[in-house]
Amino acid sequence: MTPTPRHQSSTTSPLPPNPYTLPPLFTTDHHTIGRLYLLLALFSVIIGTTLSLHMRLHLIWPGLNIERILPGSYLAIMTVHGTIMLFFVLTTAPQSGFGNLILPAQIGSRRMALPLVNAFSFWLTALSLLVLCSSAFTEAGSPLSGWTAYPPLSAVASAGPGQGLGMDLWLASIALFAIASTMSSINTLVTIIRLRCEGMTWDRLPLTVWGWFTAALLSILAFSVLLAALLLLFCDRHAGTSFFLPANDLVNGTLHTSGSGSPLLWLHLFWFFGHPEVYIAILPGMGLTSMLLANFARRRVFAYRTMIVTTLLIGFLGILVWGHHMFISGLSPYAISAFSVSTIAIGIPATAKVLSWLATIWRSRPQYTTAMLFSLGFVSLFITGGLTGPILAQPILDQYLHNTFFVVAHFHLIMAMAGVFALFAATYYWFPQITRSATCPGRLMSETLGRWHFATTLLGAYATFLPMHLTGLAGEPRHYAQLSGVPNAAGHLLADLLPLNRFITAAAIFLASAQLLFLVNLVRSLRHGQLAPTNPWQATTMEWRPALKNISPIHETNSRADVSDLKIVVYRSPCEYHSSLHPSSFTPQWEPEITLNTTDDDPE
Amino acid sequence: MPATITPIDTDRDRKRRVDDHDNGSGRRPPNDNRDKRTGGGGDGDNWNERPHGSRGPRERLGSYRLALFFAIAGDLMFFVALVSVFFVARTTGHFDAYNRYINEWLPTAIPPILWLNTAVLLLSSVTIELARRSMFHEQHVMEEWFGLGKPTSRRAAPWLIASILLGSLFLAGQTIAWKQLASQHVFFASSQSSHFFYLITYTHAIHLFLGIGALLTALFGLYTSRQIETRQILVDCTAWYWHSMGLFWIFLFTLLAFFQ
Amino acid sequence: MALHFIAEPWHLPANASIHGLALDHHLLLNLWIVAALFALSHLILLLGLVLRRTSAPRNTWRVEYLPLAAITFLFIALAAQAERLWADARYTGADPGALQVEVTAMQFAWYFRYPGTDATFAITRPQLADPATGNPVGIDPSDPHAADDFVTTELVLPAHREVDLTLHAQDVLHGFSIPQMRLQQTILPGQPIHVHFTPTTPGTYAILCTQLCGTGHFRMNANLRVLSPADFYAWLAAMQSAQKAAQS
Ligand code: HEA
Ligand code: HEA
Ligand code: CUA
Ligand SMILES: [Cu+2]
Repeated sequence: MTPTPRHQSSTTSPLPPNPYTLPPLFTTDHHTIGRLYLLLALFSVIIGTTLSLHMRLHLIWPGLNIERILPGSYLAIMTVHGTIMLFFVLTTAPQSGFGNLILPAQIGSRRMALPLVNAFSFWLTALSLLVLCSSAFTEAGSPLSGWTAYPPLSAVASAGPGQGLGMDLWLASIALFAIASTMSSINTLVTIIRLRCEGMTWDRLPLTVWGWFTAALLSILAFSVLLAALLLLFCDRHAGTSFFLPANDLVNGTLHTSGSGSPLLWLHLFWFFGHPEVYIAILPGMGLTSMLLANFARRRVFAYRTMIVTTLLIGFLGILVWGHHMFISGLSPYAISAFSVSTIAIGIPATAKVLSWLATIWRSRPQYTTAMLFSLGFVSLFITGGLTGPILAQPILDQYLHNTFFVVAHFHLIMAMAGVFALFAATYYWFPQITRSATCPGRLMSETLGRWHFATTLLGAYATFLPMHLTGLAGEPRHYAQLSGVPNAAGHLLADLLPLNRFITAAAIFLASAQLLFLVNLVRSLRHGQLAPTNPWQATTMEWRPALKNISPIHETNSRADVSDLKIVVYRSPCEYHSSLHPSSFTPQWEPEITLNTTDDDPE
Repeated sequence: MPATITPIDTDRDRKRRVDDHDNGSGRRPPNDNRDKRTGGGGDGDNWNERPHGSRGPRERLGSYRLALFFAIAGDLMFFVALVSVFFVARTTGHFDAYNRYINEWLPTAIPPILWLNTAVLLLSSVTIELARRSMFHEQHVMEEWFGLGKPTSRRAAPWLIASILLGSLFLAGQTIAWKQLASQHVFFASSQSSHFFYLITYTHAIHLFLGIGALLTALFGLYTSRQIETRQILVDCTAWYWHSMGLFWIFLFTLLAFFQ
Repeated sequence: MALHFIAEPWHLPANASIHGLALDHHLLLNLWIVAALFALSHLILLLGLVLRRTSAPRNTWRVEYLPLAAITFLFIALAAQAERLWADARYTGADPGALQVEVTAMQFAWYFRYPGTDATFAITRPQLADPATGNPVGIDPSDPHAADDFVTTELVLPAHREVDLTLHAQDVLHGFSIPQMRLQQTILPGQPIHVHFTPTTPGTYAILCTQLCGTGHFRMNANLRVLSPADFYAWLAAMQSAQKAAQS
């Protein structure tokens, strides 16, 4: 596609070379910070995946002693896997990574509202990751109490290896992360509220922005509570308090007489954070999926306003359902019933979203770009993982399924896999935005490799996580370091599950190896990828506005005259595709008149 | 080729306004004159009649205020979490070996000096509000904007210094309170209620400590910053932060004084 | 048997409790509905992709709100039934005549205490708890009820009699789970909790710990032996006389 002449005229004004470039690490440029966040997430996902393979191998092959290769017990590795994946991959990459890279452009702003805060929160996040990783190198290794860190296991240093210094480092790391996330969310919110360009009304905001917005609101509420909980736990460990320690707790031969607290309190505080957290991880992905499906199907998002409402509704209900993680932890059975109802209620806006996705692509003969494929994969995985949600939300069934691999299957499909699929879609789709610089218009990733990557990853994802439902239904509990060599009747129950688990491990290895395709593609395309045209996907949202390219915020401060020439105005809502006028016409948000931009060529 | 279908409403010629192309760089004086169209996002009433969305002389101030608002909202959740734990701990007990329900809550008597401290903190809110107001004095802002010295900053500085002193006095008062409790052998770890007394006063003191840091920065900024708007932001945001901490303290203090 | 056949594709272990029948029924109903919705939605997804493109406008009511109402209705129906079962299982306690057994969980073992002939549990003190001296749950020997209490490492129950378990955790959180009784309960230290159920089929079943409790979590299990009533009372009598012999 060739950009219309009027756009070219606006890009021709040459920008002065910028003399004040900071070394990329200390920059306050949101674009660079976004890339740093993505790099951090990529680094984390590599660690997290390696650890997950280690777990899978250990499960079927406990005698292998891979502990010699990677330090730490099964449980320590599992804790770090969960923590890294959830916090440093699925919270960081969509919300802070793509949030920084794309969000300002999508609302027609040239910068984030608080650049210094932005840089600071990145550095806090990096420090937090460093502290977490350092726990693996302490004498007793990382903590083993899981990402949920239930006390007293997490409150008493003698409760297990890693619960001493390792646990302290974990607490410090998560506290830093909570602060960093709060700051980054404040930045996101202020940017969205204050820096929208002229004409960018709330109902013209792309759904991605609504996802970021809702996730940021949730972050502010949830992470503060987590921080308070961490502080209390820290006091229990080191200041002689007992908020979470019951009276006369006898751990490992030592009696803690002074207690008067209750672990239940931690469960409440943690899940008040924990449940919103999982929605923080998925909401930006939901928004992106809506926009990409519409773009490649050349259709409006079906029921756009309903989508906005459901995004907010999911966020709101997400605050009220934390009790569904505590169905059988000794709450009053009446409270449980209330939590069950509110949890099932959250399935309704979620279903509305699924229906909108299905309706948007219904009979549209979309363009199967890699980004589109991954968005379709997101829909599929979200449905598959989401449907088991309402099952778990029924306390009587959860009394059988709680803490089995059925739950592991649920959250890996809907969170890990759907979330990662959204990340992949984002990477393939926005790669030109990631790679563009003053000298390069941005590159595209290889579509051929991308398709292979999609096919293998989808296959791997289902092969790995579908059978986990079955082992879970058969009674395989979570957090078990090994299935063989267990005494008693339990030994039989677990040993029977070994064959299926071997298959799961093999599938997981396949799934993880498939990611090499992605890495190869990524590394190759960074240098040698095809140069991207101005608007390679014929998108309607503002980040593809030609004049926005090649402008970094530093130029803005240098020559104000230029800036006012490039005033950014939005004239319409996103997704203006006029298939009734011409099969492939569209009008981007920045276009004043409805135009028939013909798209007779492929995005190649 | 683009084909025009309909001329649309948003594209018709607009009247030029003085504010057009003012991107908040200080081209217009950042005084408190309300009829300047400032702030706001892309919507609201008749956005297409308005100049540059959120551009305007007080754009940055508005953004920082909003950021502060969200930060304080988060902080409020932090204290709400602590306070809910306080209520849970106060009302729950446990069963002992004889299946008797025991509630060991013994209130910590608050040292009377806290009343004095509260008064000092309230007073500091007044002084900082005076500092904040003087940063927006219409006439002085105009003078300053024209380059005639720094009248606003000159007037705000003493009030800032007063607030710093009062704030430090408050912290000193808190230290005395802790000392007094310690001399009665009430320490952080002593009892359930003392946990909360110390936890709440410590975390609040840390917030005030940061607040004093912000006040010092603002004071420093008054002398070194060259843009009046930056100075306004520094003082304004510090003041709102300080007010919020004052408000939080009143709630927390009431809690400690009357709800144990 | 027929149920077992239906349960097969889902790999559910055979149920051996009374409430498990209704639970299984509801679980299988849920699983089949979910499987059907999964198939239906993927069918719609794939059909929508392969069919010829159309740009006919669609009716929001028909495409969005109507299916949404249907799903809502479905969720409500499932939730209502689940609530009913939940209320049956948990809103009320055990029958007063139920067999009393106390379960103690600790890193990484289960102990089961039977009250003995006086049907009363003696007081326990955590200071006295020490598995090495044969008093893992810390029974206070000065309590007159202590003499006849006996502690086992496997749970032995009669079939067809309701049992009322008091669950204790000594150190950290543990999860008491008997998959084949369709029963699971997290145990919080300092917060004893009751669960009740009625086993039906004699046999040996696994008791698993299902709450992450430390390095030995995976091997923290015990056997549940369900005996016919006659066998059970014989066993009980044997245990009680052994206890009496040990005391004197
Ligand atoms: C985002 C979250 C996430 C992700 C991606 C994964 C990925 C995987 N996880 Fe994990 N997992 C958790 C979150 C996640 N997990 C959590 C929270 C727990 C619970 C921990 C606890 O109980 O405390 C858990 C626990 C858990 C268990 C249970 C352990 C137990 O209870 O005994 C197992 C066991 O099989 C497992 C396996 C796997 C496997 C095989 C993968 C594989 O899918 C790995 C393959 C990896 C990929 C397909 C991702 C590749 C992605 C990229 C390359 C994206 C890069 C792009 C950018 C950064 C732009 N995980
Ligand atoms: C991104 C993350 C994410 C998301 C979106 C969800 C979504 C949901 N989750 Fe999940 N959940 C987790 C991440 C997530 N979860 C994690 C990480 C855990 C474990 C934490 C731990 O213990 O470590 C967990 C655990 C968990 C539990 C606790 C289980 C247990 O520990 O025993 C429960 C219980 O209610 C639950 C419920 C739900 C529900 C009802 C939804 C709903 O929002 C789902 C809504 C979706 C749907 C309802 C599907 C809609 C589609 C259709 C209905 C198809 C339409 C059909 C046609 C068109 C034909 N989740
Ligand atoms: Cu006990 Cu796990
Ligand atoms: Cu949840």
